[in-house]
Amino acid sequence: MKIIIPIKQVPETGDVKMDSATGTMKRDGVRSIVNPLDLYAIETGLKIKESTGAHITVITMGPPKAAEALKEAVAMGCDDAMLLSDKSFAGSDTCATSYVLAMAIKKIADYNLVICGERATDGDTGQVGPGISAWLNLPVCTYISKIISAGEKILTAERLVEDGYETLEIKGPCVITVVKEAASPRLPTLSGKIRAKKLTIPILGPSDINAHPEHLGLAGSPTKVVKIETPKITRNGELIIPKSPEEMEAAADKIIKYFHKLDII
Amino acid sequence: MNEYKGIWIIGEQKEGIIQSITYELLARALELKGSRAHEISIVIFGNIHDAELKKIRNVNADYLLQINDRRVDYFLPEPYANILYDLVQKRRPEIIIGGATSSGRTIMPLVATRCRTGLTADCTKLEFEEKTGHLLQSRPAIGGNIMATIKCADNRPQMATVRPKSFSSKLKTSEKILEIITMVPEEKLFSSSVKRIKFTPISENSSNIQESDVIAAGGRGLKKKENFKLINRLAALLGGCAGATRDAVDRGWAAYPQQIGLSGKTVSPKLYFCAGVSGSVQHLAGIKTAANIIAVNNDCEAQIFKIADLGIAADLFELLPLLIEKIEKSRKSVNDKNFSGAEHE
Ligand SMILES: Cc1cc2nc3c(=O)[nH]c(=O)nc-3n(C[C@H](O)[C@H](O)[C@H](O)COP(=O)(O)OP(=O)(O)OC[C@H]3O[C@@H](n4cnc5c(N)ncnc54)[C@H](O)[C@@H]3O)c2cc1C
Ligand SMILES: Nc1ncnc2c1ncn2[C@@H]1O[C@H](COP(=O)(O)O)[C@@H](O)[C@H]1O
Repeated sequence: MKIIIPIKQVPETGDVKMDSATGTMKRDGVRSIVNPLDLYAIETGLKIKESTGAHITVITMGPPKAAEALKEAVAMGCDDAMLLSDKSFAGSDTCATSYVLAMAIKKIADYNLVICGERATDGDTGQVGPGISAWLNLPVCTYISKIISAGEKILTAERLVEDGYETLEIKGPCVITVVKEAASPRLPTLSGKIRAKKLTIPILGPSDINAHPEHLGLAGSPTKVVKIETPKITRNGELIIPKSPEEMEAAADKIIKYFHKLDII
Repeated sequence: MNEYKGIWIIGEQKEGIIQSITYELLARALELKGSRAHEISIVIFGNIHDAELKKIRNVNADYLLQINDRRVDYFLPEPYANILYDLVQKRRPEIIIGGATSSGRTIMPLVATRCRTGLTADCTKLEFEEKTGHLLQSRPAIGGNIMATIKCADNRPQMATVRPKSFSSKLKTSEKILEIITMVPEEKLFSSSVKRIKFTPISENSSNIQESDVIAAGGRGLKKKENFKLINRLAALLGGCAGATRDAVDRGWAAYPQQIGLSGKTVSPKLYFCAGVSGSVQHLAGIKTAANIIAVNNDCEAQIFKIADLGIAADLFELLPLLIEKIEKSRKSVNDKNFSGAEHE
């Protein structure tokens, strides 16, 4: 069994500060982390590895620094890593990103399963997983919340939808995206960290994965960002600070009045 | 590019019932159409009850493209994407809007990628660009810290998903009668490598949080699982659903489907009431479109107060029981007097 896990390095959202004058993100001092939702994809892969002896390759498209994310995945127990990095990849939207990842996956070949995170916390689209499957013409199942059994040819899994769980049988090779419920990520081990440190990660560019220049980067991205604004979060609401039991009572009445106004009670 | 015409919305049905997202998408499309003359088509997979068909007959849309085949009564990625892609190739819509639902978020990127066109996820605003007529698609990004406006100028169709409940589903009826076109896709488009062998519904308490008009949510300030009953009780009294922050879910006080925020659900209820919630960016990302927010937190500096319409800086363990008691009392007196209407004082 061979598993490929595309992961992304993202800024720690809690750290993100906006420059209100320019409306851009202040990049200084913002830590980079493995997309938290990709940790569930990695853990899902590692669980399958434990039960079937699968081989796991993690891949990422990003700047050279994104190798850190791959190392972290290796430290957790993934076997191999591949970094897709080239100037021509810059400015990719989800269509161009999924193209590059798909071409890299094709290059790796003979895989049974591709596991993506539900979405990346920066782009936050959840489109790359299905996008990869479309480029590779593979079946895809999104929002997988539990792997019931993972065979080389058939994957049985649960999928979380709005009102319940679907139990699905998927013919492999296939692409899945997993939600948080699927697994609880382990921490990197010391031996894993040592292995990760020693591992040289190959860096591949467009020609290494037979990618067509027309599908890459900004030029290969059908969508363009035309404007960025910093929305105002404050609603200028009212704040009451009750200082006595009477004022507490009054505050409760105020809330109830609000409920009435909205016709809720 | 000029041969691409009209706006399509991807409607949804469940067991023959047209889902609310369909009407929300339609309301969006109609608003868009207001600024330009476009024909609107509703695409729906699966069979729809006759009574439901009547409901959408005069909602001011032009066509219903219906694939009423039992094999697509429920969502399966390949047949849905194959059929939609095929329809797009044949009928060439200029714009496709789908719901950011578990199915919409799956077929929209599949079809967009196959069409080699752009797709913008989770749009909160859609409008036409004055001069060019391109669709401007705005969405929050980076944990809701910024609003980005995105355009797909050179490829067609222009595709976008919008979050459920981010738009009113109220529609005016019109004189115009929807024309129903039954699509009969080729057999091979129905083939699927995915087999659905079972469906297990989630308990109603947490499942329909996105559909709910009222949400009472709790965070780490509740301190322990038992105390979360305060939130559940309040939600029940208000006829709504109980929601939670990630912290509360991680501690097992509430279930994951109740999680609200960046890695949970986005909600737009009429009222979002929360207690013991600090208002982290990730949590706020899920509640920004709530019409009214009331927050209780004992830290008057809490971030949640920035976004609350009414904030009470108080100990929730004092305020919530008081609130619950007052509502229960007013309920009781209402019942006693056998009131039918609005006066509860
Ligand atoms: C990538 C990522 C995704 C995330 N996604 C989500 C998400 O989807 N949803 C989400 O909620 N979080 C998410 N988080 C976590 C988020 O950053 C916060 O940690 C979380 O929202 C905090 O939850 P909380 O408000 O319950 O807890 P806290 O931040 O600990 O706040 C508890 C609040 O309770 C108040 N309090 C304490 N005692 C009382 C009392 N007696 N009476 C009244 N008030 C009291 C305190 O003043 C405090 O403000 C995410 C984080 C990351 C990194
Ligand atoms: N640049 C990237 N490199 C590798 N994997 C990615 C990249 N971008 C997205 N992914 C994968 O696709 C998933 C969804 O991302 P997104 O569509 O950007 O929300 C992520 O959880 C990753 O598994």
